[in-house]
Amino acid sequence: MNDMTPVKATTPKDWETDQEVRWCPGCGDYAILKAVQRTMPEIGATPENTVFISGIGCSSRFPYYMETYGFHTIHGRAPAVATGVKLANPDLDVWIITGDGDALSIGGNHTMHLLRRNLDCQIMLFNNEIYGLTKGQYSPTSRIGTNSPSTPYGSVDRPATPCAFALGSGARFVARGFDISKNLPEVLKAAHAHRGAAFIEIFQNCIVYNKDVFEEFATPKGAEGHQLWVRNGEPMLFGSDKSGGTKGIALDSVALTLKVVDVVEGDWQGAGVLVHDVTNRSLAHMLVEMPFGEFPMALGVLYDDPRPTFNDVVIAQNESASAGKTADLGKLLAKGQTWTVEDGHPET
Amino acid sequence: MATAFKNDTSDTHVPVQSDAVVVRFAGDSGDGMQLTGGQFTLSSALAGNDFATFPDFPAEIRAPIGTLFGVSAFQINFGSSAIDTAGDQPDVLIAMNPAALKTNVGSLREGGLIIADTGEFNQRNLDKAKYTSNPFEDGSLAKWQVLAFDISALTLEAVKPFGMGNKDALRCKNMWTLGLALWMFDRDRQPIINWLNAKFAKNQVLADANIAALNAGHAYGETAELAGPLKQYHVDAAPAPAGLYRTVTGAESISYGLVAGAQLAGLKMFFGGYPITPASAILHHLSRLKEYGITTFQAEDEIAAICSAIGASYAGQLGVTSSSGPGIALKGEAMGLAIMTELPLVIVNSQRGGPSTGLPTKTEQSDLYQAVYGRNGDAPMPVIAARSPVDCFDCAVEAVRIAVEYMTPVMLLTDGYIANAAEPWMVPDLEEYKPFPVEFLESVPEGGFKPYARDHKLKRPWVKPGTPGLLHRIGGIEKEVDTGHINYGPANHQAMTDIRSSKVNNVADSIPDQIVEQGAAGAKLAVVGWGSTYGPIKQAVRRKRAEGMDVAHVHIRHIWPMPKNMAELLKSFDRMIVPEMNTGQLKTILRDQFLVDARPVNKVSGQPFTIAEIEAAIESALG
Repeated sequence: MNDMTPVKATTPKDWETDQEVRWCPGCGDYAILKAVQRTMPEIGATPENTVFISGIGCSSRFPYYMETYGFHTIHGRAPAVATGVKLANPDLDVWIITGDGDALSIGGNHTMHLLRRNLDCQIMLFNNEIYGLTKGQYSPTSRIGTNSPSTPYGSVDRPATPCAFALGSGARFVARGFDISKNLPEVLKAAHAHRGAAFIEIFQNCIVYNKDVFEEFATPKGAEGHQLWVRNGEPMLFGSDKSGGTKGIALDSVALTLKVVDVVEGDWQGAGVLVHDVTNRSLAHMLVEMPFGEFPMALGVLYDDPRPTFNDVVIAQNESASAGKTADLGKLLAKGQTWTVEDGHPET
Repeated sequence: MATAFKNDTSDTHVPVQSDAVVVRFAGDSGDGMQLTGGQFTLSSALAGNDFATFPDFPAEIRAPIGTLFGVSAFQINFGSSAIDTAGDQPDVLIAMNPAALKTNVGSLREGGLIIADTGEFNQRNLDKAKYTSNPFEDGSLAKWQVLAFDISALTLEAVKPFGMGNKDALRCKNMWTLGLALWMFDRDRQPIINWLNAKFAKNQVLADANIAALNAGHAYGETAELAGPLKQYHVDAAPAPAGLYRTVTGAESISYGLVAGAQLAGLKMFFGGYPITPASAILHHLSRLKEYGITTFQAEDEIAAICSAIGASYAGQLGVTSSSGPGIALKGEAMGLAIMTELPLVIVNSQRGGPSTGLPTKTEQSDLYQAVYGRNGDAPMPVIAARSPVDCFDCAVEAVRIAVEYMTPVMLLTDGYIANAAEPWMVPDLEEYKPFPVEFLESVPEGGFKPYARDHKLKRPWVKPGTPGLLHRIGGIEKEVDTGHINYGPANHQAMTDIRSSKVNNVADSIPDQIVEQGAAGAKLAVVGWGSTYGPIKQAVRRKRAEGMDVAHVHIRHIWPMPKNMAELLKSFDRMIVPEMNTGQLKTILRDQFLVDARPVNKVSGQPFTIAEIEAAIESALG
């Protein structure tokens, strides 16, 4: 991310390429692409200073459709490539596009270390709980019992929770959204405004191999009872009610867990509903671990508490270690314990 | 070579003149033998000798004390004329314990000198070394001269004034031994004293104790000489072109060469590395050179190391990564990405014994197939190989040049022997290196911008993200000719595969013809080598030519593509042998590329070839 002032304002259209989009009709990726193209002008980004870097998978075709610099790398390695790009040119605004298999299976190690180091970039993980491009095998986020070509009797291993993985890896910004949500640009803007690694999990509907697995909460309307959109400084309310919600999230201080409480006539204080604090790491851990069903899906900016970025500290150290020194290789080679041959002659 | 170290029976105190001597220091991996050898090397350098060294140590950092597998050795061959190998057989073996004696005495020249610390030859250590009787008493060392005395006790005595514990005091044994060696070869102690003072600047007691041990070892030599058994030797300075010299290891030389290459290209360097023996030293060296515009990044794994370097190249710096065989294997897919996206990248492979984890600290040349052929798809990449520590500098510059002039990853091969070995180096005059400044494409060229448009060499333009007007996308999926768009079409894939292959072949236009090191085209026999076999081949061919044999030496730096005259040159020889520390990899490539009858001479013991082994192969081939 950088603070450059755009030469001229862009429109969403300016961020579209001439390439034919090759996702399946109805894929959630289209909506995410539109949200990103809508967001870029609003954050004042400039196409030439923006780089989209992806791994492999359906989501990773994303860079071809963004009129920016783009690098479609290899499976799982986008965070590593992005690290080199950002360290070589910290003025570039780096966006990583990845999926659940790319980021958490083959590239899990790189994702962990990128977050731990806090490279200044946005990492958008499109979670569809399936391997789409290889035709539908279960993924590290698939729920137990997922039937797929590689698990004809149902998957048996426990899924990873991407946002919990991110927090566990040391992420300083964790957010959630879903493909067709009108709030997605707002989440992306917050991610971009965060200096450091901003991790965004985006639930994405794979209409071919894992259709509607998120339908209970990932719809624009009618799922208010299952969506908890958190906003810093506001009470955590959900459910449809003109006063802001009929239910809220409170702390069970005996069990040290969250609990769902009823809010009567808007008296959330009386119900003990928590106010969201994006800098509260403990709260973030509890929000990302809330079991869906019993609880709503926590969405929005769950955690945002910046720390110095990897690129900043690397460059600062490079500069301080170089201070007062000259890059004279000839002198360096002639330094130390040397000897001079005066009247030497070539060996015969 | 090391044949002039004679037993001398004169009783004068004038040092005996000698042409060349091979000394091997051997002890426990915790005894500081590498340090001792390194400082003895420095003293040889300052005495003006030519030399070559061979550090040979176990993979274990501090193996159990006294064990056979825990022995660490450092061999140096120094002389008053050209030295190209660390020596076939030591003339002097300094053995710090029974295990060191047991594992090393077999290679000692008959009549050579054993110096041993009897203080370590107790029953416990003899048992650990699997000696059933004391070798000093059972006559098993009869064919060598033996000078056995209690170095441990002498060291304790020397450092007594400093009030150190027994364990710490005994750690000065290596300096006592070095002091004796310095006396034996008529060397100045002052540079070592300076080094000890600098090394222990924060602990003067340690500095003083080590200096006292060094001095005591030196004094012991003088006294023992008076008593008879020990002689002092003097090796004259070797003739060498006038100039400023220093010692350099292959790892240092590669690091400096990469810096020089980046400067000649006008680029900042990004080095992505992951710790692995014997390649880590390059990461260590470059990490201290930040003022040269170098960012070093210790990645989470080998794959991230190369991928970050590719990212840096994409962003406009010189991406470099380095590893050894197992790590290079992990980088394979990313090399393909660099080939597909046509980005410059230097990949250094400090080869070690394989397969798998193999022999981490031992040398081998068995990654040549991996370098030339070891990627999925038709993935051609230039490969060059360094022959010696000094040669690493020029090879690194050359690797950078090819990478940026052809927009391609380049594999630079070295090995564990070259990486660790030291030799004298006339400090190069950097003015003599021709710059090859990179020109980034910064505006739309006439006819429009195409990311995969090519110049006459078939190089595509290098565009830094951040450049207005040249937005484009690259990736590992097959590219369309010129536009770089995704294209799976059959004709396009054929065309792009041909272009990638032709581009790498075009590198041959920019490299010199293959020279014949000794002898000439048309000789009866050519010894064709690559990499670190240079020293033993050079000396063996020299000796056989002196005996009148019609043998030539060809040593290949540019392995892929090869120089344009290679086919004609190789076909001029009646016969050809290819000594390699593998089971015949260059041999296969030569047969494949030129349909010549290249005969293999192979050794995979983790040890370099001796000159005698190459001589025997020459005799056999001509016999």
